[in-house]
Amino acid sequence: MDYAIDIRDLTVAYREKPVLWDVDLQVPPGVLIAIVGPNGAGKTSLIKSSLGLIKPAAGSVLIHGRPYSEQRSTVAYVPQRGSVDWDFPTNVLDVVTMGLYGRLGWFKRPGKSERIEALKSLAQVGMEEYATRQISQLSGGQQQRVFLARALVQDANVYFMDEPFQGVDATTERAIVELLQNLRKQGKTVAVVHHDLQTVPEYFDHVMLLNVRRIASGPVEEVFTEDNLRTTYGGRVAFVSALSAARKQ
Amino acid sequence: MIDLLTNLFSDYTLRTVALGSALLGITAGSLGGFALLRRQSLLGDAISHAALPGIAIAFLLTGSKAPLVLILGAGIAGWIGAALISVVTTQTRIKYDSALGIMLSVFFGFGLVLLTYIQRQPDANQAGLNSFLFGQAAALIEQDVFLIFVIGSVVILLIALFWKEFKLLSFDSDFLGTLGYPIRTLDYLLTTLFVVAIVIGLQTVGVVLMSAMIIAPAAAARQWTDRLGLMIFLAGIFGAFSGVGGALTSSLIPALPTGPTIVLIVSAIVLISLLFAPNRGLVFRRVRDWQAGKRLRVDAVLVDLYTLASQHSSAEYPHSERVLDVMSSISGPAHQTLKVLKDLDLAIPIDSTHWSLTPEGVLRAERVIERQFGGDS
Repeated sequence: MDYAIDIRDLTVAYREKPVLWDVDLQVPPGVLIAIVGPNGAGKTSLIKSSLGLIKPAAGSVLIHGRPYSEQRSTVAYVPQRGSVDWDFPTNVLDVVTMGLYGRLGWFKRPGKSERIEALKSLAQVGMEEYATRQISQLSGGQQQRVFLARALVQDANVYFMDEPFQGVDATTERAIVELLQNLRKQGKTVAVVHHDLQTVPEYFDHVMLLNVRRIASGPVEEVFTEDNLRTTYGGRVAFVSALSAARKQ
Repeated sequence: MIDLLTNLFSDYTLRTVALGSALLGITAGSLGGFALLRRQSLLGDAISHAALPGIAIAFLLTGSKAPLVLILGAGIAGWIGAALISVVTTQTRIKYDSALGIMLSVFFGFGLVLLTYIQRQPDANQAGLNSFLFGQAAALIEQDVFLIFVIGSVVILLIALFWKEFKLLSFDSDFLGTLGYPIRTLDYLLTTLFVVAIVIGLQTVGVVLMSAMIIAPAAAARQWTDRLGLMIFLAGIFGAFSGVGGALTSSLIPALPTGPTIVLIVSAIVLISLLFAPNRGLVFRRVRDWQAGKRLRVDAVLVDLYTLASQHSSAEYPHSERVLDVMSSISGPAHQTLKVLKDLDLAIPIDSTHWSLTPEGVLRAERVIERQFGGDS
């Protein structure tokens, strides 16, 4: 079967300490998958090594059957909002246009057609009237939408998003969920590092439970069980039980 | 002043020094913009100090004081220093700032030892290497300026060529990496340009103060604009201006060294920018906060008056200042604010301590209330 994301035996170590240990993940195309796990579980490392930003100690990552280096143009990435300096002297449209730098190639500057494309994806996240706004003047939710627009303009098949719901208001969260579901409707595959366990069944159709090792992955209704959550989150049983109580309501 | 400008065009030495300093300022300033945004301002300081042993070794090996030879030595040593900082930061638990401090002091100390050794030699040719410590712009000759011009032009050209790549490298290097650009190579390229821009300035400004030529124009430029292109351009202009200014000032006053004078001028530009730049300047922000505070106080007292008036039959009913003092915690004593309201024709004094709203005051108060509580009603 052709998997959109096919990770096998992935091991990533940081100064001898394993961050990811022998992780397997197969994601079929057209699926919204949440990657959940406690802090330090290796969620960001999983994404970064899938994108070739971290060199794994062992294992392989295939995107639609081919290595990432051959599939760059079909993959988009939304890094954590806090990973960049939002006081950088640039505006919203410019940041979104950065999504097209891969297609442009060396030395070529973005022109009018690139700006038009960037404006279109800004409109998709409801930010078109902020095109000329300085990025330092954006709220957290608006910053997140700008990053999403930058990924949308890449027009990819597979999206990796690192905590797109981190610190956004309820309106933005709804807008992002709608966007994710639109992407799925177009047959795209989206892998999202997610923190809020309560919303996993509502927003996603697949889930991966990760804590250095893969605890489980698959359709939410099959693997998002109390047992698996307990294994993933260790001793924090009270938290997990409260969650399952909330789910039964 | 006129004399000075005539001198600039007629005096050969002064013209040479001013031109060299200007070219240097443009190159260092524009690269400094990227260093500032990548939070690598102090890397410039480490590189310039690390260059000192390179100068000494180049002289010891060749016995020559030709600028190209010394610059080459400085460049190699500076580059090794920068590479070692990068290696130490990624391969050990030592943090970036400690790595900078270590390389800076180790290389600089080694350089001083070598310089002292060279000076003890009975060779008359050694004189002048000391000038690399604090720079000696007055000694610039036409060949030096030509060298600065050629190297500076190549640096600026490469910035222009790799503009989009360097921009994204500075803003979000991981993202640039996912697009397939070799971020390590680009990082090394930018660092190399950085090293080059620094070493061509060592003869003029000196090892100790060169980092100011990198950091200061960029820090000043950042205050005035929110556009990367304009910021880099302004940083170049500020660098050039202080270069020429330093050369001219030190030519007027005997025994005033050029390098430190250049640094003093660029520091003055930084000070002015920190204080007076629109939006980011301290003065601008103070004024804006003060105006916002005044507007809030006016609105608060206006709403208080309106609240009191709504408890009586008519808007003209006079209300005591004492009551208003007590009502609003953010407005403090209401007297000053009431005088502002009077100037705006929003309230009128009935007697020395009693006030009432004008019809415009009523309208304005209603608008304020609608704005503040509009969503709820």
